[in-house]
Amino acid sequence: MQIIHSILIANLARLLRSFGRRMIERIWRLGAAARLFFLTIIYSGESFRRFHLTLREIYFTGVMSLLIIIVSAFFVGMVLGLQGYNTLQKYGSSEAIGVLVALSLVRELGPVVTALLFAGRAGTAITAEIGLMKTTEQLSAMEMMAVNPIARVVAPRFWAGVISMPILAALFSMVGVLGGYMVAVPLIGVDDGAFWSQMQANVDVRDDILNGVIKSLVFGVACTMIALFEGFDAPPTAEGVSQATTRTVVISSLTVLGLDFVLTSFMIVV
Amino acid sequence: MDRTTIDLWVGVFVALGIAALLGLAMKVGNLTSNKIGDTYTVSAAFENIGGLKPNAPVKSAGVVVGRVADIKFDTKAYEAVVTIKIDERYEFPKDTFANIYTAGLLGEQYIGLEAGGEEDYLKNGDKIAQTQDAVVLEKMISQFLYNKAAEPSADEGAKASDEKASNAKSTELGDPPF
Repeated sequence: MQIIHSILIANLARLLRSFGRRMIERIWRLGAAARLFFLTIIYSGESFRRFHLTLREIYFTGVMSLLIIIVSAFFVGMVLGLQGYNTLQKYGSSEAIGVLVALSLVRELGPVVTALLFAGRAGTAITAEIGLMKTTEQLSAMEMMAVNPIARVVAPRFWAGVISMPILAALFSMVGVLGGYMVAVPLIGVDDGAFWSQMQANVDVRDDILNGVIKSLVFGVACTMIALFEGFDAPPTAEGVSQATTRTVVISSLTVLGLDFVLTSFMIVV
Repeated sequence: MDRTTIDLWVGVFVALGIAALLGLAMKVGNLTSNKIGDTYTVSAAFENIGGLKPNAPVKSAGVVVGRVADIKFDTKAYEAVVTIKIDERYEFPKDTFANIYTAGLLGEQYIGLEAGGEEDYLKNGDKIAQTQDAVVLEKMISQFLYNKAAEPSADEGAKASDEKASNAKSTELGDPPF
């Protein structure tokens, strides 16, 4: 009885210890990420003075993501059109399909799905690239040559992500609306004029479109910063880089969804 | 990759983004349809504005001629004072009638202006004297029930045959007879 008791307590203590260790590590990583964020902001002068560095990264994060964004936006819009029509038609208001497609895209799906796709398409690439740079000691070599790796490597990628994300999200929303239009008007036969006029009457430029852009800006900062930090913080091994890449996707997705709720609750005046 | 090629592609990318934003603002959003030029302001007092909100449309003959700028509560008269901005192109006589209507059964509420016959026109800062309040559904229902309750006592004799007829009718329609 005594033995069982002591084993139980020892196991419990081990569990608690490991839990505490993990928590402390999380908080340490959060602090390190915040420090990297501030350093990136402070050293971001060079990424604007030598803007071709940032342009190059915009090419890799933004331009190369165009195809996945446009194709998925088109399909998301088409599905919204089909599903929305199916439900709205039961209430005899199938003309409201334009409003439904536009509002759900501009307010939520545009910024959020773009951020999720961005984390998978560009975030992982950033993490893997920087992680590999660290593993092959390119970052240390830069420091040896008195080149600040944060100014030369991290900041241009950060600004490229922050610039690319709103553009991609706006494209996503616009292409999605066109996808919804393709399904609703030529395929199902909703009236063309009613589709656009109902949409224009109910989508507000400031309340809906501008808030969507603000959301995508915040997601851009969050996703890019997470990807950069995971790469910068990755253990310099093949396994470490692979795990960091996985973590980028997981943490980015969770952060985007959580932030989305917080931002929406700020934006919607109840 | 060549630096000029990258520049070109990033340029295309940014142009696409700007085009998408413009498209959203113009084609999807209300930037074009919301455009009202120079306006003049008039006010109108209502006893009940129902669900009227700032920025609701002001229509005359179904055409949007202005927007609701502001809604205040007047503590002296216990009325709602609604400030309306009307497009300068449209002039209304002084005895214009302001109603609060509902678009559709469950739609948003808007102000309808019905022009009167006077020679003088409304000017900036004027007050519309004749108004009609929003229809409150609960009031209408209670009025209806009140009228219904008053009806049978007035004509006791007709009641029995009426009831019979209505009973027969409702069973015919498949309703359960209460």
